[in-house]
Amino acid sequence: MCNTCGCNVTAGNRHLLFQQPQKKTVTAISVLSNLLKHNDQQAQLNRAKLDAHGILAINLMSSPGSGKTALLEATIQRLKDKFRIAVIEGDLETENDAERIRAQGVPAYQITTGTACHLDAHLTQHALEHLNLSEIDLLFIENVGNLVCPASFDLGHHRNVTLLSVTEGDDKPAKYPVMFRAADLMLITKTDLLPYLDDFSPAKAERCQRALASDVPIFALSSRSGEGLATWLQWLENEVSQHKLRVQQNQTLQPRVQQDGHKSHRQPPEIRFRPV
Amino acid sequence: MHELSLCGDLMEQVLAIAKAHHAKKIVSIIVRIGPLSGIEPMLLESAFSISRAGTLAEEAQMFTETLPIRVQCNSCGAESKAVINNLICGSCGDFNTKLLSGDELILARVELETADASPIN
Repeated sequence: MCNTCGCNVTAGNRHLLFQQPQKKTVTAISVLSNLLKHNDQQAQLNRAKLDAHGILAINLMSSPGSGKTALLEATIQRLKDKFRIAVIEGDLETENDAERIRAQGVPAYQITTGTACHLDAHLTQHALEHLNLSEIDLLFIENVGNLVCPASFDLGHHRNVTLLSVTEGDDKPAKYPVMFRAADLMLITKTDLLPYLDDFSPAKAERCQRALASDVPIFALSSRSGEGLATWLQWLENEVSQHKLRVQQNQTLQPRVQQDGHKSHRQPPEIRFRPV
Repeated sequence: MHELSLCGDLMEQVLAIAKAHHAKKIVSIIVRIGPLSGIEPMLLESAFSISRAGTLAEEAQMFTETLPIRVQCNSCGAESKAVINNLICGSCGDFNTKLLSGDELILARVELETADASPIN
């Protein structure tokens, strides 16, 4: 910190330094609105549309290759006779994942984002237009494989499920806290590989998740062997039936993080003039 | 790099405010960011320098204020400072805490150059 090279000027105080001489023609306006307002408004519309059809929407997030599509295949095989399932797939390119889902006999719409690293509420709205909503109970949205950006965008879904495969580091929640804090449920996947990996400790993964003040359920499972799937399927069944009751009472559900953020920080939009 | 897509939202809001107040140009934009919002202030500033081109905000400066992470313990009630990947209570160590601040992403203030800046309200 010195006055020689300017390192004492920070993002927080720079505006004081460069404050313009009091110009009569400059007006300051306090806004205090969420930067994601535009996305969030579309997300609310999407959620209302899903609720009108009694659909529970689950957003799956993880790094690429942690087994999101394999989990969906295993889930659809076991639940498609109980619920009408559909999937929205997000990838930068190709229809490959949507084709894998369609091979299971359920509708899938593929969003190819080009270079965008996440889905947002507008892309989701577009995808919803391609699905017959009156024939769906449970909608999975498989987000772009990425542990950074998808966490910031409400799509209009109800629950965030975050996957951590045992071939990744068990400290991922500590490295990517924004993503893992957003989880309503955390799944440790590919547990059939655990005997071959001496450096992944499910207990440590859980400790890192709890350090994010997250009390969400953590299930360990393998889509390939089927081990642990029963707990996940039971969770899904409970969520679908609870959501049906919820929408009958004209209530809805926001993913935990968005809900908390709104509760603690929402301030009435305020626009006022103030002489500078 | 979702800062650029976020900037689209920001520009839309800022330009709407400028239009509503018949501004000639936008002088500065102040954004408050909590580390848990997942937004990198430096990336947002560079995304802004791209998005502002050809708009009323062409010459505007963006200032980002980083907000501290604070949690309140649901067990012992203590308020404490926390770091991004450790949100447990600083007093009793319980993980059952509520975030008080740190995930904000707020457009706090806009300065506009208008023909007449007489205070309203």
